[in-house]
Amino acid sequence: MMEQKDNDMEKKDENGAPRVGVFVCNCGSNIGGLIDCKALAEYSSKLPDVVHAEDNLYTCSETGLSRIKNAVKEYDLNRVIVASCTPRTHEPLFMETIAEAGLNPYLFNFVNIRDQCTWVHMKEPKAAFEKARDLITMGVAKSRLLKPLEKNVVQVNPVGMVIGGGVTGMTAALSLSRQGFKTYIIEKEPNLGGLVKNLYKLFPSDTDSNHILEKLKDEVLTNSNLEIITSATVQSINGFVGNYDVLINQEGKEIKLNVGTLIVAIGAKVFTPKGMYMYDGKKRITQLELERQLRKYVPQNHDFVMIQCVGSRNKERPYCSAVCCMTAIKNALIIKEENPDARVTILYRDLYTPGIEKEQYYRKARKKGIIFLRYTPDAPPEVSEDEVKVYSELVRDTISIKYDLLVLSTPMIANEDNTVLNKILKVPLEENGFFLEAHVKLRPVDFATDGIFVAGAAKWPADITESISQGYAAAARASTILSHGVLEVEGVTAEIPEEKRSMCTGCEVCLNTCPFGAITKDENDQVQVIKALCKGCGVCAAACVKEVMTLRHFTTEQIMAEIHAFGGEM
Amino acid sequence: MMNGSKNAVVIGGGVAGIQAALDLANMGIHVELIEKQSCIGGRMAQLDKTFPTLDCSICILAPKLSECYRHQNIKVNTLSEVVKIEGEPGNFKVDVLKKARYVKEDECINCGLCAEKCPTRVDDEFDRNLRKRKAIYMYYLQGVPAVMAIDPERCLYLTKGACRLCEKNCDRNAIDFDQKDEIVTIDDVGAIVVATGYDLFEDNYKLPRHGLGTYRNVVTGLEFERLLSASGPQGGHVRRLSDGKEPKKIAFLQCVGSRNVRNKDYCSAICCMYTTKQAMVVNEHDETIRSTVFYIDLRAGGKGFQKFLNRGGEDYDIRYIKSKIGEITVDENENPIITYENLENGEVKQEVFDMAVLSTCIVNSHGNLDLSKVLGLELNEYNFIKTRPFDALSTTREGIFTCGCAHEPMDIPRSVAEASGAAAKAAEVIKGES
Repeated sequence: MMEQKDNDMEKKDENGAPRVGVFVCNCGSNIGGLIDCKALAEYSSKLPDVVHAEDNLYTCSETGLSRIKNAVKEYDLNRVIVASCTPRTHEPLFMETIAEAGLNPYLFNFVNIRDQCTWVHMKEPKAAFEKARDLITMGVAKSRLLKPLEKNVVQVNPVGMVIGGGVTGMTAALSLSRQGFKTYIIEKEPNLGGLVKNLYKLFPSDTDSNHILEKLKDEVLTNSNLEIITSATVQSINGFVGNYDVLINQEGKEIKLNVGTLIVAIGAKVFTPKGMYMYDGKKRITQLELERQLRKYVPQNHDFVMIQCVGSRNKERPYCSAVCCMTAIKNALIIKEENPDARVTILYRDLYTPGIEKEQYYRKARKKGIIFLRYTPDAPPEVSEDEVKVYSELVRDTISIKYDLLVLSTPMIANEDNTVLNKILKVPLEENGFFLEAHVKLRPVDFATDGIFVAGAAKWPADITESISQGYAAAARASTILSHGVLEVEGVTAEIPEEKRSMCTGCEVCLNTCPFGAITKDENDQVQVIKALCKGCGVCAAACVKEVMTLRHFTTEQIMAEIHAFGGEM
Repeated sequence: MMNGSKNAVVIGGGVAGIQAALDLANMGIHVELIEKQSCIGGRMAQLDKTFPTLDCSICILAPKLSECYRHQNIKVNTLSEVVKIEGEPGNFKVDVLKKARYVKEDECINCGLCAEKCPTRVDDEFDRNLRKRKAIYMYYLQGVPAVMAIDPERCLYLTKGACRLCEKNCDRNAIDFDQKDEIVTIDDVGAIVVATGYDLFEDNYKLPRHGLGTYRNVVTGLEFERLLSASGPQGGHVRRLSDGKEPKKIAFLQCVGSRNVRNKDYCSAICCMYTTKQAMVVNEHDETIRSTVFYIDLRAGGKGFQKFLNRGGEDYDIRYIKSKIGEITVDENENPIITYENLENGEVKQEVFDMAVLSTCIVNSHGNLDLSKVLGLELNEYNFIKTRPFDALSTTREGIFTCGCAHEPMDIPRSVAEASGAAAKAAEVIKGES
């Protein structure tokens, strides 16, 4: 979706004899620290049709990119190879760069010598060098056969959909609607509100959760750009960025909608610690159960003990749930406020109160007389009917703490719906069952699939403030698509070239193997690829018994050329 | 493109500002990005690798820098500061002071000849003053725009009226001493995003008990990043600053200047994670290096963070000690000696290391003080931008939003998510009225 400033350079001869330029990136020391990039460039310069080769400290820097553009001009290049990090982050940048130099962007070929060479073979520099040399050789062989391709264009339906009507989902939907886009909210339950419905007061300002929820719901229900569909689940999703066909099931009734983007905001649930610390839901309860109770009344008992990391930061759930320390402190303060004589003890491992407000809140709790005692996982607290025994580092001995109410701080865990929805959306989950974003650091609310986003606790435990920020974030990302009438999408798609069409027997193997439903038969019983649906995975081309189905940019000829080059034929 | 003719102004060209600018630009909104340095990139450009994926920081940032600089809807203003705003939310008028670069942006090809010839050596602030640069310089190697700049306070010609060697040696006549600082007015500004990032504790305060600035083998976390970086002052091969020897035993001290009533009482939020990363990376450079982390609480609530810390202990043999630091002294070889109380058993101990790295507290960007007056914003008690309850993206003034460390210490994933969030809020104002 990047738009160029200067695309006015002269058009290159893209179909004439290949003139290949090779740029070997040192990637600082990531590559150059292990293998000799100068030697690789020197080697590359002797390969057939290579008319220029050089190494750069960082080919992706503005300096490196202008080296590429200048070399295209100076050496009249019509194929460009960068041997560097990974196409995952950098291929679009280099494709744009050669486009600015007047070349079709598909005349670029990426050779991965960082992830696949110097990183995985970190301990074997010689082998890493040889592999890099082979991969470059193969890359050059392929590049000589590259063909210019055109990107496909799709129309965008400027309508958003948010799956999940909790705080995150409502925030995202409201933002989209206030930006002028019609938006649907699909909520599984009869009412909006999600997990927050079950909470009492919210940290760090001790605001009643009802206050936040009612304000959001009011806005949602009165916004004419928003349509709320409750008691409804998503049955199937087909289509592609800008044009997703969504089938909704609302209590047995089918609703068909077409939307441009989707935001997943289905939240998480809270772990129930069955069989742990004598949990019984009465005298030994979870923080969530305590919240429900606090809404009615504050228990007037004397001794309260809370245990942190119950069911988290262990073998089964090796993560910190990020919100439980603050929840415990907040509930301890509420108890202390209404019941000043109460003794509240929090047994913790590492107290998680990062940043400014949370640490202040923790400090306040200590001042108010909440007792914090650390335990380690090798000596966890031992719970009996009315006391907890725990080893204290302060007195260097095991101490007994009486309790009238034991509160277990359990983690947020992935919603079981994740394993259904991820298949419908064809997006990945991470090892704990939460949704996995496209890039943990730089694309925190995107999925790798264009036009689908994720926010809030569906992707990782998050408090309300962070969930709200992420709801807005997902709305912004969706808006970058919905704001355009048309979009350019990937040009690397499957096709049956016209000259091979007569060899197609119509056996339908490709139709049945395509995971994206991108292949159909037209009214003349001819096999057709719907380009906007095709993700370029190549399964059809591999499966085609007559070898007529072809994946553009990865043709049989191109792949065979690479294999032959690896075997020394070029 | 949208029919709204209102622009957005994003203040700060770090990863948060860049993300906010890109999102707004990709919604069809024209963005003026204001960066006070001569290149965009901010703190993230100074980092070596990033947790929890160990991606090389500049490698994943560089494509964003280029995309931002080339985007047809973004105007990148470097060496610039906002000095005045008028009007009301939805319709601001913003005055920007654009300082002279003394180098023509469209002529310079960053060949570096000028810097070779420049006779004036200056502390390099990008490298935390661990090496020198020249008075004509690139802010950093992969900087965007890839254009030199002249430091007017240190340039011989601009201060004393003699030299002009850079000009004589530039084949492209890209040096232009006639450039003047100027005020540029941006009209029709619908919304503003403040993404001014952070400074570090040592930029404003002293740390006498830790011997920072006195003991050469005691460095800060950000200095250590530069030492680890391939483009940094030691080419990525960490050596002691006292004698150039390779350290084998490194101490990492957490909560330095933070979680402490004498200094800042809040938590700096990222140090547990980046320290583990630094200890891993230095071990990958030299397997014989052993690291010890002195901490109060290990805080790893982000996605994949706890697993990352576990890996640090299991695969990289990092020793984590829950402790309180008394002081740092040195022996006759300038080896740092750490005096600490082990909170697991109450023992007070001393241990000698080859190097000590201090995880110093993230503090407010010093520019917040002036900027808040210019923009009419409130700051919190620590001079970060004040935000609203349950709305971390809104400042106290309508139409002005914030994201990232401008308002609270946070890691990159949260900064980037917040930046997109702030873009959504700005877009609501801009598109909402068209």
